[in-house]
Parts: sequence; structure tokens; C-alpha cells
Amino acid sequence: MTSVPVTPDSIMRAADGTPLKQKLAQAQRAAQMKALALIAPLFLFIVISFLVPIGAMLMNAFYDPDIHDQMPQTVAAIETWDGQSLPDETVFAAFVADMKAAHKAKSSAQIGKRLNYEVPTLKSKVTVTARKLDKIEAGPWKEAVIAIDPVWGEPETWATIKRASSTYTPFYLLNVMDLKQTADGHITTVEDNRKIYRDVLWRTLGISFLVTVITLILGFPVAYMLATVPQKTASLLMILVLLPFWTSLLVRTTAWSILLQDGGVVTQFMSITGITWLLNALGLISGEPQLFKTRFATVMAMVHIQLPFTLLPIYSVMKTISPTYMRAARSLGAKPGYAYWRVYMPQTLPGVAAGCLLTFILCLGYYITPALVGGPTDNMISGFIDSAMNQENNWGKASALGAVLLTATMILYYVYNKLVGIDRMKLG
Amino acid sequence: MSLPAYATPSEKIAYWGLRVFVGLVLLFLIAPILAIMPLSFNSDMFFSYPMPGFSLRWYEDFFTNDRWQSALRLSVILAILTTIFSTTLGTLAALGLSRGNIPFRATIMAVLISPMIVPIIISALGMFFFYAKLNLLGTLPGLVLAHTALATPFVVITVTATLSSFDRTLMRAGESLGASPTTVFFRVVMPLILPGMISGALFAFGTSFDEVIAVIFIAGPEQRTLPRQMFSGIREQISPTITAAATVLIILSTLMLVTVELLRRRSERLRGIRS
Repeated sequence: MTSVPVTPDSIMRAADGTPLKQKLAQAQRAAQMKALALIAPLFLFIVISFLVPIGAMLMNAFYDPDIHDQMPQTVAAIETWDGQSLPDETVFAAFVADMKAAHKAKSSAQIGKRLNYEVPTLKSKVTVTARKLDKIEAGPWKEAVIAIDPVWGEPETWATIKRASSTYTPFYLLNVMDLKQTADGHITTVEDNRKIYRDVLWRTLGISFLVTVITLILGFPVAYMLATVPQKTASLLMILVLLPFWTSLLVRTTAWSILLQDGGVVTQFMSITGITWLLNALGLISGEPQLFKTRFATVMAMVHIQLPFTLLPIYSVMKTISPTYMRAARSLGAKPGYAYWRVYMPQTLPGVAAGCLLTFILCLGYYITPALVGGPTDNMISGFIDSAMNQENNWGKASALGAVLLTATMILYYVYNKLVGIDRMKLG
Repeated sequence: MSLPAYATPSEKIAYWGLRVFVGLVLLFLIAPILAIMPLSFNSDMFFSYPMPGFSLRWYEDFFTNDRWQSALRLSVILAILTTIFSTTLGTLAALGLSRGNIPFRATIMAVLISPMIVPIIISALGMFFFYAKLNLLGTLPGLVLAHTALATPFVVITVTATLSSFDRTLMRAGESLGASPTTVFFRVVMPLILPGMISGALFAFGTSFDEVIAVIFIAGPEQRTLPRQMFSGIREQISPTITAAATVLIILSTLMLVTVELLRRRSERLRGIRS
């Protein structure tokens, strides 16, 4: 302390005369800058190569350039249409001009594909209309177009074109929630026979919930035992939990899809242990059980994969619970079951919440397992994103489904973060 | 856990019931992995026991068939490049994060580990649109970038955890003795946090080596990684060679588990001595 020069105004100063307080702040700022500089490369990398693409994907859920770009004259002419009666001759003339241009540019299929999302059958009708219009030289167009296909005589068709004419649309997002916009702009649910996505959402939530509950029922006793046996035994038993945990999801799904084959190992096991006989006797199945490509197989494989995720957080909380609480409860006269229920269980709740929430969140995004061991009706939301993308080439729909899944996941992670803290996530 | 002397009969039933139940659950966890391995030595085409004979034919197919070998090669190259990039970026960031009072630390952390949180299909979708614009679809750099983004959070988490028990006065000691920051890192910090870095690197390697969904979305049709080969194998026509491939991967992850566990015990032991 003697080396710090104290000036008459009683401010401590560094050797160069600047106040010590200021000097300290400077040093701290420099250290902070250095720390941020170390973080910056990864931060920028994640933002640019990960977060921006996901943001762009979310935009894709609203982006709808097809009609706007491919039918510019119709889009301009239809703007003043009242949406009630049939559009007038000017709209039809613009439509014909666009169709002729589209036929030359071979883009009529693209227009048809976009309109087909809302009015099925329009896909082929657009290409046919474009081809036939190419041969007609002069109007009046209204009658000519309706003569090619009566679908052009319905106001609903034109309302669809009008709705699709702006570059941004709520259509995809509404569509994946089984909602639609009517001609007058109201939002209603679609007809019952076209409702598919709510089923998918409920199925995804339902399977995730079921898997979470089963992993809790199976995992809680295991965690309890691991936390209470001597350390040596616990380490040995832990290997049985960690080895599957470390084996990749794909390998475990592969294993299940081979073991669950008809006449495969699981079926053999069931008939040796008499489970097949029992199920037959109860009338639940007749003959050999068919497991592969069923909901049962999906849930079983998912439970197998998720069990360590539910179990490990519960285990690490149970490790911290002192056995003296139970002894105290017993010495005060509580029966074992009562003491367990009222004294031990409440203390495990943070672990139970963390494990179950993590498993539920991870289940929502499952794709590989339902795709490989599940049947066609077990596809979860990720599976639908994949088929919208890779089979239907419908990017708007894939992005809208992605937006729904991402929103659900983010809300749950927010809860998880409040309860547990994301950076305290266990990695085995 | 042993039964106290004052245990009631119902407590005894619960005690033994618990053991049987836990035994069955643990069996359920390990059985599929144990059941799949012997099948890879089956001399027959079928996936059932008892096996008619022992044979290495599926391993021969796996190690000589061009399709499997090129897939294995691509996976190894991809995983090694991913490991190098993500371990470097992740360790640097962890070093920054472990220095005190970073502004917006929680937000920064959330961004850094977001690739681990976002469902993989959404990441794959976003990357597909993004890489399509950059003409990176179907290229090795595209795959390396994608896997690096997906793998780095694991490095950040493991290295940050190791650094939390790191004694920072050692760095100051090094600096006060005249070492440059780089020297301090390589001669003082790195030897001490190496177990964490190796665990992180193994996580990164494993993430890339197992990943299939991003590969399906952004790889070209001729870019087949090992997981992709297995995935399409199960979807189209299950060949017993898949059991051989699965066994190889199980052995690999067992080795990784053992390494990480040994590293963890070593650092726990060292910490125990110090305190």
C-alpha cells in the first residue's frame, strides 16, 4: 500500500497519475474485450451458418412468389375485383396473356402446382388450359376460357388466385394448422376430410407424452437404486445405462429394426417366454405378433433411446438427497411407504421435471426412429417435414411445419431453462 | 442401500421387488445391443437365433464392398475435419466464457448451444436453403460446415465444465514470469484442460460420425456417409452387412465411453489431491 501515491485530494492514483478506480475499470474493460474476442469467432459462425439460415427458413413459411412472378398481368387486373361475382373481361384477358406467356416459358406446371395446394385438380387443368389457349387467337376471352374448363367459371377459383397473388402469404402456416382463408378473408377450419395436420401434431405430442411417461416409470426405480447402492456397484450398473446412451441413435434404431423383424429375435423371445401364448389367450392377437412397422415398435425403440435421458437427471438429484431425512421420518413414526411418498419423492421433483422435460422435447423432433421401425401412420411432424421437402417439393409447407415444431420446442426449452438452466445440461 | 434391521415385511417385498424390476429394466437397456452383435457373425441371411453357423462373411462384405468402404472413408474424413474445427472454435469460446463478467453471458451461451437445442430436421431444412444459395449443396465443405455447427455445442459445454475448476492464478503466474498469452495457453492451460478438450473432441467426432438427417438434406446423391448408407439400407433392403456395420459402430462408441470415463476419473482424482 505504501507504493500507492495518495494525492492531497485523497484519491488513490496509479504510478502514471490516473485515478486507480479509472485504471481498474480500464483493465477490466480490456479483459472483457479479450474474452469477447475469444468468443467472437464461434458466435459469428453460429449466427451466420445456423441462426440466419433458420430465420430464412421461417421466412420461407410465408414466402410465396409463384403466382406473383408467373402471372403478373392477372395479379394486376384482379386487384380491383370484388371477390363476389365472376371477374370481368379485363381479368380474363390478362389471364389469357399470362397463360400464353407461361405456356411459352413452360412455367404453367409451376402455376398449376401452386394453385393445386388450395384447389386440388387445378394442376392438370392449368397446363391443359394453357395449351389450349395457345391455339386461340382472339377473344372474347371469358367464354373461351370457361369453355375449356368450367372451373374458370367459379368465383372460388379466382378468389384462390387473388389470395395467392401477393408475395407473402399466411396460407402455408394456416394450412399446417388445418385452417384456411375463405373468399371474404375469414379464417375457418378446413373440411373434415382434409384435416391431416392436427392429427400429426396430436400424434407427435401423444407419442412424446407416452414415451416420457414410460421412461419415467422405468427410469425412476433404476435411478433410485443407482443412487442408493454402494458406489462400486453403482459404477458397474451405470455402465449398463451409459453404454446404450453412448451408442448412436441410428445404431440403436438399426438394432431394433432388425430384432423386431417378423420371426426375428423379439418374436422368438415372446414365444419362448409365453408372452405370445398369453396374448393369444387374451384374444389380443392371433398367431405370431407383427411388431415391425407398428406404433408399438416405435414407442418401444423410443423408450429405449430416451430412457437414459430421463434417468440421469433424476439420478444426479437423488445423489444429493441425504438418507437422514428418511430415517428421521421413520423415527417419527411414519410408515415406509408414507415416508417415501411424503419425504423422499418431493425432493426428487427437480430431477423428475428436468429429465421428463428433456425427453419430451427430444421426442418432439424424432425422425429416424418412427421412419425406420414405425408404420406409415406413426410418422411424426419431422417425418412430414421430410416428405414435404423431399417428395412433394413443397418448401412452403415444409417451412411452415418447421416453424410449428420450432415454436413448440422453444417454448418448452424456455420452461426447461427456467427450471434447470440450459448450460447445466448433462452429457453423461 | 441395504435393508435396515427394523424393516417391515412389506419393506422387504419392496426391496426385492425393486431389485427385480431394476434388473429387468437394465436388461431391456442392454439387450438390443448385446443381441445384435452375435447376429453379425451369422453364416445365414436371417436375423434369428439359433444361428446355423459362424461366419465372417458380413464383415468381409463390409470391409471389401466398395459402397460400404467409400461410405466409411467419407464419414471418417468428415468426422475428423469436423472435430478439428469444432474443437478449435469451441475451446476458444469456452476460454472466453470462463473469464468473469461477460456482458449478456446467458444470451451468448444460448446462441452458442442453440444447434444442440433446435430439432435436427429444422437445422437441416434451414441449412438446405442456405447452402443452396451458396452453391454448397453436395460438397464436402458444406457437410463440414453443417457438422461443425451441430457438434460445437458439445465442445463448448465439456470444455466450459472443465474450465470451471481451473485455477486461474496459474495463468497469471505464467504471464508474470514473462510468457506470452499463446505460450501460457499451450504450456499451462492446455495440459490442464486437455481431458475436457479430448472429451469434447470425442463428442464432436461422435456427433458427426452418427449424423444422418443433415446429410440426407444437404449431401449430393453420390455423397454417402456410413449412417446414410445404413439408413437407406434399412429403408430399402435390409442386408446382414448392416449388423456388421452396427457392431463396428458399437465397439467404437464403447471405446469412446471408456476413454471419456477414464479422463473424467483422472481429473476427479487430480482434483481430489489438490483440495
